[in-house]
Amino acid sequence: MDASTPKIAVQDLSLAYGGTEVIHGITFDVRPNEILGIIGPARSGKTSLLRCLNRTIDFVAGTRVTGEIRIDGADIRAVRDVHALRRTIGMVAPLPVGLPLSIYDNVAFAPRCAGLTRRAELDPLVERCLRQAALWDEVKDRLDNLGTALSGGQQQRLTIARALSHQPEILCLDEFSIAIDPVTTMRIEDVLRELRREITIILVTNLTHQARRLTDRTMFLWNGRIIELDRSEVIFSDQPSRKETLEYVNGIFG
Amino acid sequence: MASTSSTGAAVPPRPTRPRRAVWGERGIELLIYASGVSAIVFILAILFFIFREAAPVLFSDRFSLTQFLFSTEWYPTSVSNVRYGTLALSAGTLAVTVLAMILAVPFGVGGAVFLSQFCGPRLRETLKIIIELLAAIPSVVWGFIGLTVMSRLIVTYTGAPVGVNVLNGGIILALMSVPIIVSIGEDALKAVPDSYVEAALALGVTRWQLVFRVLLPAARHGLLAAVLLGVGRAIGETMAVLMATGHAVQIPHGILDSVRTLTANIAAELGEAPAGSEHYQVLFLTGVLLFAITMLVNLAADLIIRGARARK
Repeated sequence: MDASTPKIAVQDLSLAYGGTEVIHGITFDVRPNEILGIIGPARSGKTSLLRCLNRTIDFVAGTRVTGEIRIDGADIRAVRDVHALRRTIGMVAPLPVGLPLSIYDNVAFAPRCAGLTRRAELDPLVERCLRQAALWDEVKDRLDNLGTALSGGQQQRLTIARALSHQPEILCLDEFSIAIDPVTTMRIEDVLRELRREITIILVTNLTHQARRLTDRTMFLWNGRIIELDRSEVIFSDQPSRKETLEYVNGIFG
Repeated sequence: MASTSSTGAAVPPRPTRPRRAVWGERGIELLIYASGVSAIVFILAILFFIFREAAPVLFSDRFSLTQFLFSTEWYPTSVSNVRYGTLALSAGTLAVTVLAMILAVPFGVGGAVFLSQFCGPRLRETLKIIIELLAAIPSVVWGFIGLTVMSRLIVTYTGAPVGVNVLNGGIILALMSVPIIVSIGEDALKAVPDSYVEAALALGVTRWQLVFRVLLPAARHGLLAAVLLGVGRAIGETMAVLMATGHAVQIPHGILDSVRTLTANIAAELGEAPAGSEHYQVLFLTGVLLFAITMLVNLAADLIIRGARARK
């Protein structure tokens, strides 16, 4: 892929729930193989933005999306197979949602639904995903146990493994480290650094340190508007171009 | 706070609950306990009173339990040779119930899935009202439909000599069970956490994969309960099957044979049997048998659910 063409191009995107607009015409690009951080206070539209990307927003009644999102140049509203679109995007929610299946079946769920059923192909895939999510060593002897019986942090890593299971080109992590201890968080961050060679990552986080450590560029989203989007060195420096960014990053946001 | 000490810095005493509140809470606990236990008491009382009416015949030499359970000959009022065999009646109940469930379970579960996943909110509300209306139709009305409408249709389309038979009773019972299965099943499907649905959809599954791989497995206990309530209604139903199945004591050889069920038999004969007579007592024993069958069905379902849980 040519590095100059954006992986995701968002053009004048607005989103309204009922009559209330929560995202007000934002425009930005995500470059291939970068890690884009999205920071911003609660209710600033971060999660809603992610849900627009994989069109799970379609299932929320009474929403209206205007503007355009292109992935690899293709308008996502025009794609014929929305399920294939969703498989190109891995999504990790802030609170872990283990499906009521075994650990193995949780990870094998999406590949199976996509038509991969041979155990010989599934086994290595499941192992690779669990390794990437830094969970393999803890669960390799009990893959048949119920996924929902894992601890909160383990379940979160299970959802990361699951999000990688359909070999996405884009991975969206929505505050993935809420339920995970710092050591494991670091291990997953290492994994993310490794993964970026193959995929593009969008990382929503409220931990500004995490964004600083991990991201190439960071977007500061506030009340459904992009306040600033720049290289992370700039955003987290003493002189971002906007005063609000400096105040938010330093925790003195009014 | 009411009790502040004179020195401002002192910690105020921990507030204690008034005695009245403590006793009140204990009273409520007792009440809840009593209402929980009352279910057991009622079941035992019902069993006791049915059994008390039936018991004397068990010890009479003119009666044999083996004959009662395994003979097909039911001649309770014969002058020369009285026989009380309920096998044909049990077979009738079984045949009608099984047929009803074969018809009702796919439609009921399918209806529940449709309501919860595939239809808009307005259509859903309308359908739910109609389905609940369907559940409220008295059984005698169903029986009347079986006797007149359905029976004529069956004679016309199958060429059976009589239209009141297993098929007729099965269809009527299915029609009565479907609304129950749909409304309870829909509740069970609605109880599946939205987060499961969202997680699965984000993984790119189709609607059907969502239904078969996430919703149905996650709601299986509730769905089984819905089916069981349907079975319960089918086994226990009396008036409709009395009118729709033809009332012939025989083991059916096909779905176009007329049968008589345990319940219909009790309803039809209890009024004729003099209170306290042998016939009367045997009819009560039939009630005990019915009770036992229902218990067995429930127990089996319970074990299935537990088995499913233990395997996980």
